[in-house]
Amino acid sequence: MPEVLVVDDEPNILLSLEFLMQQAGYRVVTAADAEQASRLIEANRPDLVLLDISLPGMSGFDLLEQLRQSDATRDLPVIMLTAHGREVEKEKGLALGANDYITKPFSTRDLVSRVGTLLADHSSEG
Amino acid sequence: MQTNWIVLTIAFSYLALLFVIAAWGDRRAEQGRSLVNSPTIYALSIAVYCTAWTFYGSVGRAATTGLSFLLIYLGPTLAMLSGWLVLRKMIRIARAQRITSIADFISARYGKSGGLGMLVALIAVIAIMPYIALQLKAITVSYGVLTEYPNLTPPDLSLQDFWNDKAFWVALVLAVFIILFGTRHLDASERHEGMVTAIAFESLVKLFAFIAVGLFVCFALYPGPSALMADAASMLPNLEQHFGLDQIPGGPLGWFGTLILATLAFITLPRQFQVLVVENVNEQHLRRACWLFPLYLLLINLFVIPIALAGMMGGMSEPDSFVLTLPLSAGLDALPLLVFIGGLSAATSMMIVETIALSTMVSNQLVMPLLLRWRSLHLDPSRDLSGWLLGIRRIAIIAILILGYLYHALIGEAYSLVTIGLVSFAAASQFAPALLLGLYWRGASRNGAAAGLLAGITVWAWTLLIPGFALSGWIPTDFIEQGPYGLTLLKPYALFGLEGWDIYTHSLFWSMLVNIGLLVSVSLFSRQTHMEQTQAALFTNALRPEAEMAAIWQGQANRQELFQLVQRYLGKAATVRLLGVEPLDRHDDSPATPAMLAAAEQGLTGALGSATARILINSVVRGEALDMDSILSILDNTSQTLEYNRRLEQKSNELSRISAELRGANDRLRELDRLKDEFLAMVSHELRTPLTSIRAFAEILNDAEAMEPEQRQHFLGIIVRESERLSRLIEEILDMARLESGRMTLSPERCDLSQLTRQAIEAVEQLFQQRGIRLESRLPDTPCPVIADPDRLQQVLINLLDNASKFAGTDTPRVFVDLTALKQRYEVHVEDNGPGIAVAEREKVFEKFHQIEAGHSDKARPQGTGLGLPISRGIINQQGGRLWVADPKTLTGACIVLALPSAPDETQEVSS
Repeated sequence: MPEVLVVDDEPNILLSLEFLMQQAGYRVVTAADAEQASRLIEANRPDLVLLDISLPGMSGFDLLEQLRQSDATRDLPVIMLTAHGREVEKEKGLALGANDYITKPFSTRDLVSRVGTLLADHSSEG
Repeated sequence: MQTNWIVLTIAFSYLALLFVIAAWGDRRAEQGRSLVNSPTIYALSIAVYCTAWTFYGSVGRAATTGLSFLLIYLGPTLAMLSGWLVLRKMIRIARAQRITSIADFISARYGKSGGLGMLVALIAVIAIMPYIALQLKAITVSYGVLTEYPNLTPPDLSLQDFWNDKAFWVALVLAVFIILFGTRHLDASERHEGMVTAIAFESLVKLFAFIAVGLFVCFALYPGPSALMADAASMLPNLEQHFGLDQIPGGPLGWFGTLILATLAFITLPRQFQVLVVENVNEQHLRRACWLFPLYLLLINLFVIPIALAGMMGGMSEPDSFVLTLPLSAGLDALPLLVFIGGLSAATSMMIVETIALSTMVSNQLVMPLLLRWRSLHLDPSRDLSGWLLGIRRIAIIAILILGYLYHALIGEAYSLVTIGLVSFAAASQFAPALLLGLYWRGASRNGAAAGLLAGITVWAWTLLIPGFALSGWIPTDFIEQGPYGLTLLKPYALFGLEGWDIYTHSLFWSMLVNIGLLVSVSLFSRQTHMEQTQAALFTNALRPEAEMAAIWQGQANRQELFQLVQRYLGKAATVRLLGVEPLDRHDDSPATPAMLAAAEQGLTGALGSATARILINSVVRGEALDMDSILSILDNTSQTLEYNRRLEQKSNELSRISAELRGANDRLRELDRLKDEFLAMVSHELRTPLTSIRAFAEILNDAEAMEPEQRQHFLGIIVRESERLSRLIEEILDMARLESGRMTLSPERCDLSQLTRQAIEAVEQLFQQRGIRLESRLPDTPCPVIADPDRLQQVLINLLDNASKFAGTDTPRVFVDLTALKQRYEVHVEDNGPGIAVAEREKVFEKFHQIEAGHSDKARPQGTGLGLPISRGIINQQGGRLWVADPKTLTGACIVLALPSAPDETQEVSS
């Protein structure tokens, strides 16, 4: 069963994401900030990360950059989640190596399907 | 009879004495103890009017035509009596404009016209030449009489053996004398003090000699004047008739004509202008001269009739020589010598002054202008040309005297003394219209003056000079009788059929008619140049008090000209400000005050530099070497360029100012735009966050087929809370927008801060209890009146308490509210025992959407929007208060202070 790490500082959003991932049949771990997320990635090696950009302290972009620099996490699928709707943000995320980019508020079905697709692609590749 | 050598020795000794006197006068002048600074010397120098013509000719004229000789002296007397008006004006102008001769004066009056000056100089030379010849003739004749008496052989006048002719040597000696004293140095004012001293001395000599003869005749030849008269009455039967008005040529009209001629010539003869105007050192001298000179004329004429009568009774021929022949006939030795010296002095004084005056004109008005125009000489006008000038003058002096001698030697014989004199008078009087009208009529123009002069002198030549030549036998005389080519209308002595007048009055009438007529009519129909206008104004206004004051600036200027000049460079507004006058009417000729000139110079100096400004002011004030038109045309180009430059600079300054403003505005707009983008991004982010939760849970609930009721309830609760958060957020964003655009409407009233604080505490009490936070307060019992919108104030207080609750410590959270009354204000301190706010962060908490990281993430506490504090500060600021972060006093965490000014004292009134 694939494991998904959900990172968001907004507790209610985190709760909704956690519920959606569990409902879709994934194991879920959650983090409220980037440091915690970083530790969980190292410890749990999740199969996918749902990463919010605005986080207290280290931002989602910083974490993504860090992940892409490390061999172990270079190919880890990451879906950026952000309340910033601006194109530049999206481009920046994709340039840094995010696999997908989802704007808040999101459609729950769309989110679940994208996570599913990405996990499938990735498992077939790997 | 006198031997030649004695006469010659005495004559040359007399000239030598003149040298000594002139040298003395010059020395005194150099030492600053001027001799000529005396009204008496001035009056005596004017007596240069009495030439050999007076000395010998008056008696001759009295003997032949009776009283008419007096007219020659009545005219100057009239002129002198009006001198305080006319002559003073001329003197003042001459001083201000540094006039050197009558030609210069007329030229200056008409816009410094070089052509007009040349014309006047030329006419003067032609007209005066016979007059100089007359003096030489008088000397020669008197010498002949003195040495040959009683054999009166008229001197043989021809150019052969001219070296034996005394007149030639007299002319040469005089030339040397005049060169020595007339051209020793150049003086800007062309004054010759030594010469004037010598002339005054000569006036005394001739008066003394003539009176001596008169006394001799009256008291030695006859027992007394009455006896002489009685004898004459018995011996000369026609005496009464002889001295009647009928005897005067031309009758009463001739009187009048001759009188006018003498009056005008007294002022316009070059030598008279020289002594009257140019050599005058102080215009106050005129006062004494006004009566002293007429007195002199009276004295020198006193014995004319007795001498004439005595001569006539003696049956002598040659009445022009009576003065000399009477004492000679009595066998006297000394008196005839004295008379000869007197005549010599009369002749030489005239020749000296006349020659100096003419040579000045010739050099200044004729030769120098031509030389300066003659490019091949490469004369640089800026160079010192005084050497040239002196050389030219010396040559001119010699040339004038030699020409005079030639005239004398060749045609002098044909005319009597009086005739020659009157012909010259008639020519000189042609200057009078241009001169006198120019003093009083501003409209007199250069073209008018030139036309009048040319026409007048032509008529003069036709009616006097050419017939004179004809009568001398030089040309056939038939044109006098029949008119040229038989045109009787053009007969020189009866022009257009005007007959029965004496030739001088006739000539004067016609020449003045055309002269004045053309001067007036041409002036009326010709335009004056700038320079002419300036000069005309300066001349006609010379006696005005303002004009005198303007002399401080070495001259006078026309106010309107000055205004135009300054306006050319500084523009109208600045000129009005500078000169303190409004733009003037074109025809306004009021002179500028010295203050205006100074201001104008200062103004122009600022714009053009001092040198140029000086030149420009000079150009209006005196308009020296360059004529106004050329200055203006040269400078108009410059000024247009300057004006363009000034405008361009103005425009470019304006453009750069505008562009700077635009840049600034643009920067501000960009900044505002950036802030707006940022704000929108923030707002969008803040709105999306609760919306995300709401949508996610709504969709989850929607899609869920089966869900545990508790979970459903939980999710629904989240949706409700997030919806509330969203509503609150929207409210706050709107508040923020209202605050920033200044559209937040507050209704301030007198309210009690302590009561409001108490109400706020009550409002949050339950919430604090839920969260387990201990809320303490210290509020005064007395009211704390402030002027504020109570609802908004309460909103702020609740917001502060809410914030404090979020950041209060985790273990035993505490919040403390303290209200203190200070001198002029009340302060509400809201403290917590949380982590506090770093000093660097203290101002940032008031920035929009700035989120303070709570030291812990307590999910039970609602997140802030990041707008609470900025809005609170906005509201408080708008009510005259302040909101800031301070160091805590009671607790250890954050401390927010709200300060509001206390309301002014009033009857206790508490609003709820």
